[in-house]
Amino acid sequence: QGKFTLLRDTGTDGSFLVHHFLSFYLKAGCKVCFLALLQSFSHYNIVAQKLGVSLTAAKERGQLVFLEGLKSCLDLLFGEEEERSGQPSPLQFLSESSSDLKALFDFVRTSLTPDSGDSWKGPVLLVDDLSVLLSLGATPVAVLDFIHYCRVVVCSQLEGNVVVLVHGNEDSEDEENELVGNSLCHHSDLILWVEGLATGFCKDVHGQIKIIKRASLELTGEQDRVQIYQYKIQEKNVTFFARGLSAAVL
Amino acid sequence: LVFTEEDKYGLYSNLLFKYFLAEGVVCGHELFVASAKEHPDNILKELPAPLLDDTQRNELGEEAMAVKSEDFPDSLKIAWRYQNLPKTEASPTTPTKFGHYYDVSKTMSPELFQSIKWHSFYLPEELTLQPKMKACRMNSAYARLLRSIQRIISQEGFDGSDPQKKQKNILRIGIQSLGSMLWGDDICSSNTPEDTHSLTKFLYLLRGLLRKSLSACIITVPAHLIQNKAIMERVTNLSDMVVGLESFIGSERETNPLYKDYHGLVHVHQIPRLNSLICDVSDTKDLAFRLKRKLFTIERLHLPPDLSDTVSRTSKQDLAESAKLLSSGCGAMAIGKKHLDF
Repeated sequence: QGKFTLLRDTGTDGSFLVHHFLSFYLKAGCKVCFLALLQSFSHYNIVAQKLGVSLTAAKERGQLVFLEGLKSCLDLLFGEEEERSGQPSPLQFLSESSSDLKALFDFVRTSLTPDSGDSWKGPVLLVDDLSVLLSLGATPVAVLDFIHYCRVVVCSQLEGNVVVLVHGNEDSEDEENELVGNSLCHHSDLILWVEGLATGFCKDVHGQIKIIKRASLELTGEQDRVQIYQYKIQEKNVTFFARGLSAAVL
Repeated sequence: LVFTEEDKYGLYSNLLFKYFLAEGVVCGHELFVASAKEHPDNILKELPAPLLDDTQRNELGEEAMAVKSEDFPDSLKIAWRYQNLPKTEASPTTPTKFGHYYDVSKTMSPELFQSIKWHSFYLPEELTLQPKMKACRMNSAYARLLRSIQRIISQEGFDGSDPQKKQKNILRIGIQSLGSMLWGDDICSSNTPEDTHSLTKFLYLLRGLLRKSLSACIITVPAHLIQNKAIMERVTNLSDMVVGLESFIGSERETNPLYKDYHGLVHVHQIPRLNSLICDVSDTKDLAFRLKRKLFTIERLHLPPDLSDTVSRTSKQDLAESAKLLSSGCGAMAIGKKHLDF
């Protein structure tokens, strides 16, 4: 409860972690607010079905609040005046001169604040992926502020969890992205860092994942615990194994 | 969303662009062509002619078959490791029909065009026509293009908005040289451009449009001119498939004996991972292309046999060096830097 998990991928695609967390929290009965900025709803739905969860059903019973970034942006730009309901679009920072993400934060807050009839366990905020906000013109400071506000509400007040994906490249020259990623690393309770193999492309091992449990944040004098595994992604699941012990080698 | 990084002189990426559009014509899809450089009518006139004739196909087939039959008569004795590698086909002869093949030396006949609908967007014309539109804090040329695409999609019913339309068709969108100076964007000319977000915003919105309609899009971008690498990284993240073409014209690789059969390299930076956890990663990542008189082919890059004795030591060293630069899969052999003297 109350944990902030950072998913970081460098040079490879870590979205399988997002799919995992989404189905994990839905199966656990939590209320999830998913800011899906990178892909369409049907993509997530099809993958979730392979993992055993139906997103449409979750949406209908109110367990999942899904913000489809692509659709929302289009509605913002091409939507007719009459279609706009009273609520402003969560992504309105695109068209406004103010570059803060307050509208997005309000959206998150209203979706996760429990109603009287709700019986879900703990709220969860899931973001895929934060780097897109930078591409759309938000400043790194605005993005960090947004995450900070979300953390205060979701982790502290509502005792929920936050899982955020930040995508980057190896030897990235995208300073803003690196800034956001590094800054969030310092504030996270758990970091799952996915990278490609240092030796290059391999068919049987898709990459390696570093799991960092930030025990140092708890002020008990412990060091962070780092574990490194390699993984291979398959159709319906991902297999993890110790370094060098891929099934292809053994 | 297929994102193509142009080669230096734009020759080969233009070819790829035209192939995409030609495939659309042959399949009966609708086309939308946008350019700031060349009028779309001219682009469409230069599409390669499809190889619809079976006799033509057989011609090419015969050459390749002759080569193949001598290839592996008995099992390989010394280089037995290679037996396990799949045989790559030098030219398309397999009967699996996925797409069509084109003859680059001929242009498509106008009759083929008559049956399909196409739309064009030529920036110099559009700027004079429409009044200023409400912008999303984005470059106005991009905003117009986006508005134009969205209008076509909703008018022609590609987004399913018109349930009475029974014939579902696909819209193929081709945008040429996006991000260049001609679109009013200065990311190609300066390291700190005025508006770093226009291109990425445009791509995000375009991605949204593509996702909610039956369309596919190819974009060519002069990536070698964009100095701000951060933008290229973001753009790669926003596209489904990223392919880079590197031609050997004018570079030192032209004379490198390693590459003598080819005209350039194909770098596949990213492949789409849609609707699934995994993506279809091919075995090899070294692809090269060559433009023969009639065909443009993309093949696996293979090293020419190192047969000559008179090659001096230094150039052999170079060969080994450049071979080392190829990213190899787990099973490939490693080429050492020094040659062993026997």
